[in-house]
Amino acid sequence: MSVSGRSSRRRMLGFGAALGGGLLSGNAVSSAADGVPGQLGIPLGPYGERSPFEKVARWRRDTKTPETGSSSTPLQDSVGTITPSSLHYERHHAGIPTLDPAMHRLVIHGMVDRPLSLTMAEIRRLPSVSRTLVLECGGNSGSEWAPKGAPDVQRSFGLVSCSEWTGVPLALVLKEVGIQAGASWVIAEGADACRMARSIPLAKALDNILLAYGQNGEAIRPAQGYPLRLVIPGWEGNANVKWLHSLKLTGQPYMTRDETSKYSDLMPDGKARIFTFQMEAKSVITFPSGGQTLAGTGLYELTGLAWSGRGRIERVEITSDGGRSWVDAELQEPRLPIALTRFRLPWRFEGKEALIASRATDESGYVQPTREALIAVRGTNSGYHFNGIKLWKVQADGTVTNV
Amino acid sequence: MFSLSVIVLLPAVALAAQQEKYSVGRPATVEQIRGLGAAIAPDGGGLPEGSGTVAAGREVFAARCAKCHGEKAAGDIGPALVGGQGTLATVKPFKTVGSFWPHATTVWDYVNRAMPFNEPGLLKPPEVYAVVAYILSLNGIIGKDQIMDAKTLPKVIMPNRDGFVADPRPDVGVKPAKKK
Repeated sequence: MSVSGRSSRRRMLGFGAALGGGLLSGNAVSSAADGVPGQLGIPLGPYGERSPFEKVARWRRDTKTPETGSSSTPLQDSVGTITPSSLHYERHHAGIPTLDPAMHRLVIHGMVDRPLSLTMAEIRRLPSVSRTLVLECGGNSGSEWAPKGAPDVQRSFGLVSCSEWTGVPLALVLKEVGIQAGASWVIAEGADACRMARSIPLAKALDNILLAYGQNGEAIRPAQGYPLRLVIPGWEGNANVKWLHSLKLTGQPYMTRDETSKYSDLMPDGKARIFTFQMEAKSVITFPSGGQTLAGTGLYELTGLAWSGRGRIERVEITSDGGRSWVDAELQEPRLPIALTRFRLPWRFEGKEALIASRATDESGYVQPTREALIAVRGTNSGYHFNGIKLWKVQADGTVTNV
Repeated sequence: MFSLSVIVLLPAVALAAQQEKYSVGRPATVEQIRGLGAAIAPDGGGLPEGSGTVAAGREVFAARCAKCHGEKAAGDIGPALVGGQGTLATVKPFKTVGSFWPHATTVWDYVNRAMPFNEPGLLKPPEVYAVVAYILSLNGIIGKDQIMDAKTLPKVIMPNRDGFVADPRPDVGVKPAKKK
């Protein structure tokens, strides 16, 4: 209720006049879609599209090769806690493969009693579970390690999304093949061109990893790993191998390229932390946030998102004076573990400069640290796993900028 | 009576689910397993037959790699593959195969599975051995006359072999927030 309430209020305050005028005059599509009495709308269709007036999109970081890189979820325009599959962040290393589910096989081999090949139909026959889970790239907010971060929340925090994932517990499938003594790791490999591979501890595989084929009520999108991917609750996105076609049980990690030279955290002493799987508690204010402009003084609803790879969000505090004082925000229920949690707080903009930020605490007692506290321990060269408090500056004229 | 029968029935159903296997799928064939990227362990497990020299690797590199990584492997569209040793603890670390990667087997595995970028899987094992030998040689890690094969490659000691440490987190942010 309060989501749509906030949204419409903001539109009323910010863009009401422009929206009303622009929609009626400019666009040919609008004449049929405005609900003018006596005019038929467009016919029913087999697969829904969003309104032609909605332009919200992922932002793609420019790369030398368009098949690699990342695209970020527009957190500033997101409402609620679920990310539409079409706006889920992307991170690919060799493009998105086109895989026919009728031909796709998952092969489980290595230190198992019965090496097994499974069709998608066979995987779908197994008992399934659905879980709403946040997925965050290990490199999300990497720009924040630099003195001047990205200008808006999409570019600095947008490699995070939340979906309802459906699939089969990996533990169940591993029991079917018989795990041999001495097996301690699982090497997961995707069917993309570079056959991206990661080593995953067997203990986690037996705990709560999903072999997922469903996302938000339908098949996983190609960009998210169609027809099959790993979903590892709370762990960095890269380990959640997409287009999964091979699981090899081994007695050691394989030290693949993406777990040694990438996704490892270089410390000031020159050592790099490896297998930093878990994503720690994090939050960010999405309104008001960098690039936005407040229409004037008055009451607003400040909102944002919090999440933790360790479990539920217990608390989110807000500051509007750069961290000198904090007040608790309201957390939307239900607060699901390892899922996006929306927070809200009524906030009056007085036309004076304000430094706003959010600070999350998760159920383990972990408190989101400041950027300075992170840097004091890890330096600025680690590149990955940034979860520091994010300050936005609301200027006296209502414009909001990165700090 | 009714409630008793429910109590008796429920555990029976649960037990059946725990004990029975679904027995889906077919035994994976040797061909299927071999076709899956041939992941290489740091101890060399999985490395195929064949060998490659630095000289042969220079040819492969010029033909298949230089276009993206530059004539001297100093980087272009693709990243630099040489240099950076001694920079990891400085303000400007330069992470390359030579300065950062802990295992030579990973170089083999990655070239084999993912390179050349636009035609992964193109190189045959002897070509992969050769181009890995060339890259290691460019970094001064092996001599110009060394031959790389399934025996010699895992024995190569990379400069940053001991440069990786376990995840110590939570390292920051463990203090609970002050209650007001």
